[in-house]
Amino acid sequence: MHTFAVYVDNKPGVLNRVSSLFRRRGFNIESLTVGHTETPGLSRMTIVVDTDDRGARLVEANLYKLIPVRRVDNITRRPAISRDLAMIKVAAVADGRMHVMQLADVYRARVVDVSPEGLVIEATGTEEKIDSLVEMLRPYTIVEMVRTGRVVMARGSAMANSQALRSKHDRTADQSDVSLGSV
Amino acid sequence: MPLTGAQILWESLVREGVNVVFGYPGGAILPAYDAMLDYPIRHVLVRHEQGATHMADGYARATGKVGVAIATSGPGATNMVTGIATAMMDSSPIVCITGQVGSALIGSDAFQETDITGITLPITKHNYLVAQAADIAPAIREAFAIAASGRPGPVLVDITKDAQLGTCDFNWEAAAPDLEELARPGHSSGAEPIPLINAAQRPVILAGRGVMLGQAEQAVLEFAERARIPIAMTLLGIGGVPASHPLNLGMMGMHGEAWVNTAIQESDLLIALGMRFDDRVTGNLKTYAPHAKKIHVDIDPAEFNKNVKVDSAISGNLRDVVSGWLPRLTEPSREAWLDHINELKGDSAVRDIQNLPDDGHLYAAHVINDIWHITEGKAVVVTDVGQHQMWEAQYYRHEHPRTLITSGGLGTMGFALPAAIGAKMGRPDAEVWVIAGDGGFQMTMPELATLVQEELDVKIAIINNGYLGMVRQWQEFFYQRRYAATPISAPDFQKLGEAFGLWSATVTKRSDLAGVVAEARRQRGALIDFRVEQEDSVYPMVPAGADLHKMIRRPSPIAETAAD
Repeated sequence: MHTFAVYVDNKPGVLNRVSSLFRRRGFNIESLTVGHTETPGLSRMTIVVDTDDRGARLVEANLYKLIPVRRVDNITRRPAISRDLAMIKVAAVADGRMHVMQLADVYRARVVDVSPEGLVIEATGTEEKIDSLVEMLRPYTIVEMVRTGRVVMARGSAMANSQALRSKHDRTADQSDVSLGSV
Repeated sequence: MPLTGAQILWESLVREGVNVVFGYPGGAILPAYDAMLDYPIRHVLVRHEQGATHMADGYARATGKVGVAIATSGPGATNMVTGIATAMMDSSPIVCITGQVGSALIGSDAFQETDITGITLPITKHNYLVAQAADIAPAIREAFAIAASGRPGPVLVDITKDAQLGTCDFNWEAAAPDLEELARPGHSSGAEPIPLINAAQRPVILAGRGVMLGQAEQAVLEFAERARIPIAMTLLGIGGVPASHPLNLGMMGMHGEAWVNTAIQESDLLIALGMRFDDRVTGNLKTYAPHAKKIHVDIDPAEFNKNVKVDSAISGNLRDVVSGWLPRLTEPSREAWLDHINELKGDSAVRDIQNLPDDGHLYAAHVINDIWHITEGKAVVVTDVGQHQMWEAQYYRHEHPRTLITSGGLGTMGFALPAAIGAKMGRPDAEVWVIAGDGGFQMTMPELATLVQEELDVKIAIINNGYLGMVRQWQEFFYQRRYAATPISAPDFQKLGEAFGLWSATVTKRSDLAGVVAEARRQRGALIDFRVEQEDSVYPMVPAGADLHKMIRRPSPIAETAAD
């Protein structure tokens, strides 16, 4: 399993280009999340791919062939914080409800909605932790669940921030550039 | 003064150095066509948009410059798909411009609307949907930069009708692409190449199309001569090294020379230069060059370890990389290895069909060999795909870069005639020959009308055996001669050529060949129908997926020996 942080121009169709590449080359996406960065015009994807080291190098090289891809970091072996967010609707009433709330407490999850039929729990953590919570909740009947997939950030300040990859419309002639060739 | 988007398109193309485009008009591209009349552009009207893309491709392959094709939305754009995929597989720099319905209509299934950026996403280096006049110049500039830089390839720019009609100020300077942003990182990994090279006893250079794309012909030759290393070429590498050079072994792979494939299998070091270890050159990967270390130099790091695991991968400009090796080479004697390869040639020459006495039959190899003789090896030859393509590669000995133009990666039948028209437009002084089979030629033969309308001097040799010959050969070898759908009829090509207004002839005997070819060379444009032996096969042949050294050899007419 390899995890990539991929900086891309925030333009229409970029997600399609990336996912099309994975489909075409036969790489299996385990999870893919995308959102804005601190830099306007630049988005960051966290892509988890089920592949070996050789495949990971091919993924990276092929991602770089996409013009809107500005930078690819394989952060699999770097110290990193990994989080998944889940919302889980459980059909718990009466005693069950108390048990579910206690479980949520143990997992440092929060109850964000309560109704006569059940409650909604919001949990953040590693995928393993969320998996474990889900298993514990199963006996109380999970009626609906949504998960974001993994987002990852390397620890410390070693990583260049995305300010170095200013999007094109922010760029002016006097600003010096980070060379992608040195990455 | 504000210009229309259509004017900006041509202002941009002219500034990019374009003076010829290949295209076909239609509703959504009409504003661009109207504006074209005011610019110094020669427009070649094709008979099918696939032809336009092959022409742009042929132009690019013959000249090294970016070729341009233009079409309307919907069917005009989808007809380009095969040509774009052809250019993508062979790293050919073309820019395709398509009209698109008005931006307000996009997504409404409007007349002749199709999502061509979506369709071409996996077969272009990049593509653009441009919906405003102001975005046209930056898109065109970036498209040309992307098409020509790094590993070249096709770029498509889809321009809505309202963007063509809209107006804005034209600022060429402000539209300049950020080249640094477009640059891609290089990755080199693995062992140092120089110690591997200096230590090798039995090295072989594998030269691909990258040698020509990287303008590294001289550097590669100097490297080979200095280090005394023989060179094997891929199909698309032909022309990168002179055929007559003593270190040039010839073509490798499925229909490569037997001694070339054997040398590769026996080698202890493969130095792959601008090639990508296609399955047609490796055969069975498990048994491919088992004793060899591998050095791979390519501008595209995505090729490293894709098919063949290599010991040293170097990403970069081929000419710079190889030139950088020169001062660090020791010059060991590799004469024993070269002598050994020479011995491997063995009785190949005896088996060579070109040396057979004239038995009254006309063989394709005769035709190509004789055309090579008569044109003194100087023609630009554009082939189609199939048996004749392999015979061309074997019997037309190319001394100069960019003189063999052929669809390698995609294997696109119908490529030859339109690509030759593009090549002739790019190199009007060159003698340009089409060599095509009777099957592939029929796929795009309406472009004969384009050839005649443009008054271009292209010679056409149709290798006519009445079969889809390469498929028939596979059926003969691997499907018990069950010829499913391979016998193919054809019009009388001589009459056909004459109907289009071309000087045309039919040749059935080798003794007539030279005279007819000589006459064809005196004509402006000519078509010759060569009626060749119907069930001849291309030898040697490595069956798909078989070990590279396990070749099917041409049965020897002299004596069937036990060795077979």
